[in-house]
Amino acid sequence: MHTTSPVIDPGLTFASVTDKISSIVLKRRTPMWWFVGFVISFILFQLMLLTITNLVFVGIGLWGVNIPVAWGIDILNFVWWIGIGHAGTLISAILLLLRQQWRTSINRFAEAMTLFAVAQAGMYPIFHLGRPWLAYWLFPYPNTMGIWPQFRSPLMWDVFAVSTYATVSAMFWFVGLIPDFATLRDRARSKPFQILYGMLAMGWRGSARHWHRYEMAYLLLAGLATPLVLSVHTIVSFDFAVGIIPGWHATIFPPYFVAGAIYAGFAMVLFLTIPLRKLYGLEGFITMRHMHNMAKVMLATGLIVGYGYVMEAFFGWYSGNRYERFMIWNRMHGPYALYYWALILCNIITPQFLWIKKVRSNLLALWLISIVVSIGMWLERFVIVVTSLHRDYVPSSWGMYQPTQWDWGMFIGSIGFFFTLLFLFIRFLPMISIFEMRTILPEAEVEE
Amino acid sequence: MVDDDRDKTKKPSHKNVGDRPVYPTLRDRESVAAHNPVPPLTHTHRRHAPPLYGVMAEYDNPSDLVAAARRTYEAGYRRINGYSPYPIEELSEAIGFTHTSLPLIVFIGGLVGAIGGFAMQYWIEVIDYPLNVGGKPFNSWPAFIPITFETTVLCAAFAAVLGMLVLNKLPQPYHPVFNAPNFALATRDRFFLVIEANDPKFRHDEVIEFMKTLNAQDVIDVEV
Repeated sequence: MHTTSPVIDPGLTFASVTDKISSIVLKRRTPMWWFVGFVISFILFQLMLLTITNLVFVGIGLWGVNIPVAWGIDILNFVWWIGIGHAGTLISAILLLLRQQWRTSINRFAEAMTLFAVAQAGMYPIFHLGRPWLAYWLFPYPNTMGIWPQFRSPLMWDVFAVSTYATVSAMFWFVGLIPDFATLRDRARSKPFQILYGMLAMGWRGSARHWHRYEMAYLLLAGLATPLVLSVHTIVSFDFAVGIIPGWHATIFPPYFVAGAIYAGFAMVLFLTIPLRKLYGLEGFITMRHMHNMAKVMLATGLIVGYGYVMEAFFGWYSGNRYERFMIWNRMHGPYALYYWALILCNIITPQFLWIKKVRSNLLALWLISIVVSIGMWLERFVIVVTSLHRDYVPSSWGMYQPTQWDWGMFIGSIGFFFTLLFLFIRFLPMISIFEMRTILPEAEVEE
Repeated sequence: MVDDDRDKTKKPSHKNVGDRPVYPTLRDRESVAAHNPVPPLTHTHRRHAPPLYGVMAEYDNPSDLVAAARRTYEAGYRRINGYSPYPIEELSEAIGFTHTSLPLIVFIGGLVGAIGGFAMQYWIEVIDYPLNVGGKPFNSWPAFIPITFETTVLCAAFAAVLGMLVLNKLPQPYHPVFNAPNFALATRDRFFLVIEANDPKFRHDEVIEFMKTLNAQDVIDVEV
């Protein structure tokens, strides 16, 4: 066995962990790079607001969507963002249940990423409605029109799945933050912050009775979030799989979508944590062990996704159905073939480098692979959404799809919004769970 | 069923107030003894002291706290509580707090969500607004399962969070333990044990003497 690097720097103590993480939030000076990053993100965010304003005035014809490709990159981006979110829940809930201690250093950050990614995801279907101001019609409420939603549709399931997911993720995140708000309340020196964090901490005082119930609530929430996260991407895949379009109507979609979501999400966590630990000097908290583990999860889920691609091609051939066969042929040789092969390159070939330990230990290589995988997962959804729709059963209804500048405006704008939220998060909230870090310190052990 | 938490936040009832001795703080007594040639106030002239919440011992490591909590519980004190910067399983066991009704609350929440979610869909799709969708039966229950699942999780999660907050009586802006001078360190690296004044066995001097034998860094009074 190789000696594995420790989960945290062995020299850390209760005091040093507390002071280090809370000082990132509480110190007065904001680093220059923070302002640079925040301003760039905020400017990109304005692009989204501009797009949305224009979209609401003009209608979704502004986007390149039309029959037959009525779902363009906007639904694609919905799936992409929500998939990214899944890694956060996996890290915070599933790895908690599996007693993986290394999750402790990254779960808070990953949960924040989840929440912000789901916020981006949620915007796409709402603005795709065409009349977003009537989005509340999706919810079953007694109304004067005397009508109700149609619950046999996966699109309705999606409404419930995504809104439940957003709500539960937010609660899980907030509950995790309560003891840390108390820490910040007791550390903050300026009155406004004492009051702010004090209100958020709700009077938390670390009572043993409170901790006991708290731990129980946290564990139960993790147990609830685990099947929830699997259900969400399953239901997202139903949006496609229940349709009868070749390329969508496949039983492999739910597991393949869930694996893809985790794959994309871990890529995003790596993409964000590698620069962040460097900038804030958090190498003692987020160690090489974390990098190795995340790379391995990425490799494993990448292989599952690769299996999904192989099976899609196999089903197409084995079905003996001319439409299914054509769909696969069209993916590989049709007008969007470039996207398909780029996807294979990004999602199947690139992660194979992660078998090599040297690559897993090289932060730059890991960071670049995480970017490639994020792009690959975006391409995967492009292939599924656009290539399947643009040529279905009847050649007379074939068409092409080209995203317009407003499609890109919405996408780039949502990336800006995501990073805007993330920059605010790392400035005002502890990005590593302080109280959970204390539990894994050697001095936390009770000797009897 | 009922949570095993006769909480410390309850103020002592009225009839107890008369029996209680007056509590000058330890610091008062020591400074009086050290610097003041005037003898301590006699029984008839004692000043009015604020009511006492409990006596608090301070520790700098979890092992001492847990050991002290065990001994306190063994000594017969029941209204005791520990304060720590992170959850310590042994500590809640040591103070005799091992049961919580939270799982039951969450189960009920989940049950309400499951039944409510399915019933809503059944009532809408079968009774109030039956629609023929692709010739499927009105009660096409398998199609109702995804939403039933989501409402189950949603209600159970709300029950977990709200149940935890309600049982913990949070939000609670004021609590006497915050008066202790070092208590801000309870969210950093200090550990505290409190014997509350409303414990039936609570005798102020005895408690102080007892807590001084518990290996504590410091023993102080906490006022309400």
